[in-house]
Amino acid sequence: MQRSGSWRSFKMAAWLGWQIESNWADPFLFAIYSIIKPLSGAAILVVMYAIISKGNFTSPLFPYIYIGNAFYIYVGQVMTGVSWAVIDDREHYKTLKYMYIAPIRIPIYLLGRGVARFLTGSFSVVITLVVGVWFLHLPLDVTRVNWPLFTMTLLVGIVMLGMLGLLLGSFSLLLVHHSGFVGDAVAGALYIFSGAIFPLEVLPAWLRPIGFAMPITYWLELIRRSLIGNVAQAFPTLAGFSDAQLFAILMGLSLAFGAASIFAFRFCDHRARERGLIDRVTNY
Amino acid sequence: MNTSSLTQHPAKVTGWQLFLKTVWARSYPRLIGQQRDLSWLIFDMLLPIGGVIAYVCVYKAIGAPNEYIGFVVMGGAMTAFWMNVLWSMSSQLYWEKEQGNLGLYIMAPNSMMAILLGMALGGMLATTLRAAIVMVVGSLIFQVQYQVASFFQLFAVFVLAMTALYGMGMMTSSLFLLLGREAWHFSNLAQEPVYLASGFYFPIRALPFWVAAAASVIPLTLGLDAMRQLVFPSGFKLGFLNTGLEIGILIGLAVFFLVGAKLLLAKMEKLAIREGRLTETRR
Repeated sequence: MQRSGSWRSFKMAAWLGWQIESNWADPFLFAIYSIIKPLSGAAILVVMYAIISKGNFTSPLFPYIYIGNAFYIYVGQVMTGVSWAVIDDREHYKTLKYMYIAPIRIPIYLLGRGVARFLTGSFSVVITLVVGVWFLHLPLDVTRVNWPLFTMTLLVGIVMLGMLGLLLGSFSLLLVHHSGFVGDAVAGALYIFSGAIFPLEVLPAWLRPIGFAMPITYWLELIRRSLIGNVAQAFPTLAGFSDAQLFAILMGLSLAFGAASIFAFRFCDHRARERGLIDRVTNY
Repeated sequence: MNTSSLTQHPAKVTGWQLFLKTVWARSYPRLIGQQRDLSWLIFDMLLPIGGVIAYVCVYKAIGAPNEYIGFVVMGGAMTAFWMNVLWSMSSQLYWEKEQGNLGLYIMAPNSMMAILLGMALGGMLATTLRAAIVMVVGSLIFQVQYQVASFFQLFAVFVLAMTALYGMGMMTSSLFLLLGREAWHFSNLAQEPVYLASGFYFPIRALPFWVAAAASVIPLTLGLDAMRQLVFPSGFKLGFLNTGLEIGILIGLAVFFLVGAKLLLAKMEKLAIREGRLTETRR
């Protein structure tokens, strides 16, 4: 009974999230929106790189930056998708209180709401990679991709990002103003510490431990290694770790953050109910 | 009982006095609200520095000259104004419609431009502080060196760029009168493409000439380019057009957008009234 309740919650939330994300425009306009935004973000980095390197896209730094930026789309989308559901339902649609009294499991519901963002994020990632391969000579050969490593890493990473989103969503239950920006703000901060678009060696030594404590750092490194292999290993940051070691670290940190998110949600949910914040509307 | 005080009405104002009173009235809630809740000091000031730091680190990783780091710091600071125009002005009429205030604004005997200007000025304190903090902190952290060629020209460029930018914001806000939920998505869409086209993080000269020329319709494009030429020793080598020409174009843009805003706001208001869009909330 509990398993079917969880699956029902997840399935319904995923459907609802997709309806909200996609029904503001016709499919063509929605596709344009999903293409232009991520490509513009990638293009900023490409232009910056091209100016300084005089268009040398064969350097290993270019695929490092490009692939890291492409897959970082998932970080913003999934984390924000889950945490934003709290704001959307509480402030805009004013349905969070009804979700609480419905026969669904709220944490599973919130995770389900992130599915739509995962799907739109996937579309953006694929488009970004295809443009990179076709126009920028990104050294990504589908016949040489380590598909088992890529698949497992992607799955673990998406679950990890969902749990991080749940962690942020927990805090959103208690925050008043600017709670809508928590997901974007944390994603922006992690952009610096996760080695997404530059090696951690660029940071001062005293800041690098923050990056090493983030599961996203290892996730992106494994994604790069699975997609472009030796080129990714040209950088010293995590060169001393094998794929198996990196995957073990990723799993360990993901489990740790997952446990933290579950405890955080229970605490914040209890506090929000005690303080009557579930149906609060701040109108801010 | 003396009832004369009960029947006294405040002095009626019209014309410019009404315009200024409206501007003050609409900016007042934002000015006071910002003082009551200081969490924006973190979200609006410290966290944007993260974006600047990320792009600076990219330039450091690829071995860029130091002035490019200055470009990023300045561009990052100016994003505050673009975000203010986008979220606190252009899409504000959509939010007002959602809150039910838009009809009241239309019915009141004042100018929509005054209301929009009040919104802009009310948010200007936080916006200017955000830009200043990004500039100061970014410059200190990354030891950016400035050498201002002409303070007068720099001030003129900034004022003209802001005037044209906020005029553009007023124009686009009139379009948002007709939009529903897609307004949020259009505002969201107008971030990265504008950062790219306007050269927030790199010299606009790096783009093909006609792309840069087309992007110059956004006032911040030429504003940023001119400011970089005036503030960095080697800025003039990386400029798109010379500063005199850019100042002239900014004057033209300011006039165009302000006149266009007045005309378009009136037109869109009539259209929105005719099509019954002022009070609809389409979710």
